[in-house]
Amino acid sequence: MQENKTPAKVQAQPAKKKRWWSKDDTELTILALPTTVWYILFCYLPMFGIILAFKDYKITPGANFFTSLFNSEWVAFENFKYFFGLRDFPQILRNTLLYNLVFIVLDIVLPVALAILISNIYSKRKSKTYQTLMFMPHFMSWVVVSYFVYAFLVTDKGLLNAIIRFFGGEAVPWYSTPGAWPVILIIMHVWKSIGYKMVVYLASITGIDNSLYEAAVLDGATKFQQARYITIPSLRPIIIMMFILAVGGIFSSDFGLFYQVSRGAQQPLTPMVSTLDVKVYQMLTSGTVSLGQTTAASLFQAVVGCITILSANAIVRKFDRSSALI
Amino acid sequence: MRKNKVKPVSGDTLSRLNRIKPATNILFNLMFLIVALACFLPIIFIFMISITDNNIIRTEGYKIFVTARTFSGDAYSYLWSQRQTILHALWVSVYVTVIGTVLGVLLTSLMGYVLSRTEHRLNNFLTILVFIPMVFGGGMSASYVINSQLLHLSDTMWILILPLAVSSFNVTIARTFFRTTIPDGIIESAKIDGASQWTVFFQIILPISKPVLATIGLFLAFGYWNDWFQAQLYISDSRLHSLQAMLNAMQNNLEYLTKNPSASASITDLKRNMPQESVRMAIAFVVAVPIACVYPFFQKYFISGLTVGAVKG
Repeated sequence: MQENKTPAKVQAQPAKKKRWWSKDDTELTILALPTTVWYILFCYLPMFGIILAFKDYKITPGANFFTSLFNSEWVAFENFKYFFGLRDFPQILRNTLLYNLVFIVLDIVLPVALAILISNIYSKRKSKTYQTLMFMPHFMSWVVVSYFVYAFLVTDKGLLNAIIRFFGGEAVPWYSTPGAWPVILIIMHVWKSIGYKMVVYLASITGIDNSLYEAAVLDGATKFQQARYITIPSLRPIIIMMFILAVGGIFSSDFGLFYQVSRGAQQPLTPMVSTLDVKVYQMLTSGTVSLGQTTAASLFQAVVGCITILSANAIVRKFDRSSALI
Repeated sequence: MRKNKVKPVSGDTLSRLNRIKPATNILFNLMFLIVALACFLPIIFIFMISITDNNIIRTEGYKIFVTARTFSGDAYSYLWSQRQTILHALWVSVYVTVIGTVLGVLLTSLMGYVLSRTEHRLNNFLTILVFIPMVFGGGMSASYVINSQLLHLSDTMWILILPLAVSSFNVTIARTFFRTTIPDGIIESAKIDGASQWTVFFQIILPISKPVLATIGLFLAFGYWNDWFQAQLYISDSRLHSLQAMLNAMQNNLEYLTKNPSASASITDLKRNMPQESVRMAIAFVVAVPIACVYPFFQKYFISGLTVGAVKG
């Protein structure tokens, strides 16, 4: 049976190329089906749900979602006008962009610098231990981290104020001092991500051909020159990739960082800690803002995010084709 | 040192020559020790708070070092008395993590495998299907409406599991792995022997792809274990609260109290039932510890996944 089949298959091969659809195609399509359904339900239906942004969505009692949707009135760009007209809209946009700009710079400079430094430590065992300890925050959820921060910052009992008092200073009510929050949030962002980013860069550093360094030493290059002319240029592709991804995400923010660490982004912290994601979430759960208006806000975010990632990619592609994402 | 250079030197000697100065080494070590401790100590700190007497906390603030005078195991005996709630939340966490990880790995590797078969008719279509969500999404609000009003997933276990199961990033990792490490010959020969793609995938591909499955599984497992956002948005039934969601809900209740200090009957009730400071820290510690104990063993898979993900296909 088997032996009979083999030559038949081999002969069938040239014919198969001509066939538009083979048995193989059917089988692969069936294998891809569950995930395709998942993509439709959880990625493409929400994209379809975007039309909510152009409607005054009202739930028709007893009807299903689609009926309600089609019964709702078109309002063109009214929902967007509401969102752009919000008094805190410029502030939210400014927060989102400025925080992300700072994060983009720090997320490249600090981890690369630390990765270069740690690769020079004599003892590999110690280096591994530091890496493991620094990796830990990456695995903590923002809820847990917000408890860490609380223990550190809370006014009457917190560690930071205890230290300030020990040096004769006055306790600061951190949770009602908006001015301190950019610094706090930036520190927390760096704290949570630095170990993991450092390890990613370190993995690339260990992959660099050692003979490059040997040749450099023979030429009398200092450690600093080696980093400048060998390590950093070798890391360029991965740095560029991380950069594109970060620039593409410039209109989105890590919701957990801004919402949890500030304990709900409440007043008076709101002006300093609320970003687009926080605003969309607050609109969604407020009960007073309509779903259409909320969807308009998140659609704005999705569209500008899409534009930035594609243009960042296009720019990189122009200078260095192989480093581009697409 | 200069003299050594005249003779041909081996790589070993060279790398010793190329070391940083011992003083610099000590400086770097010191610096990394401080950074590493800053990353790790908070977890010890909340443990110390959790074993501090609540009266001491109230009068003297948090303690970094707990002595016999300030020690109290009350928080943990309280947790023990509430073990039903906590064990239930733990059960939800474990259930969601296990089911979600298995489902996610299956869906991701299926799609990754199909995408790696470039001769497939629908290859371009599926590639685009997976790619678009990487750059564009409906956003939090549209997803919320679809999940709650069309799919009716609010207050079910599935809302904690399904939306996190697949990500295009993971699919890309799987596809790159299948495309670069599995020789076409294996699949071809299996097909010549009459195997269907189904058999090829489950009997041949999955068994030899354990590294990438482990990596994706770990990404997913940590994601599920740490998730609190789905519960915050979709779950109001506290029986469906995982550990993270429970911790989060506790904090939300506390904020609710501080925002509405007027003492109506229900709020006084809530206040009385509100766990004390040390208990809250004890729960945070209990949530954080399993991960802190487990991740060092899986770290290398994470790194390999991140570097594989960096290879575009």
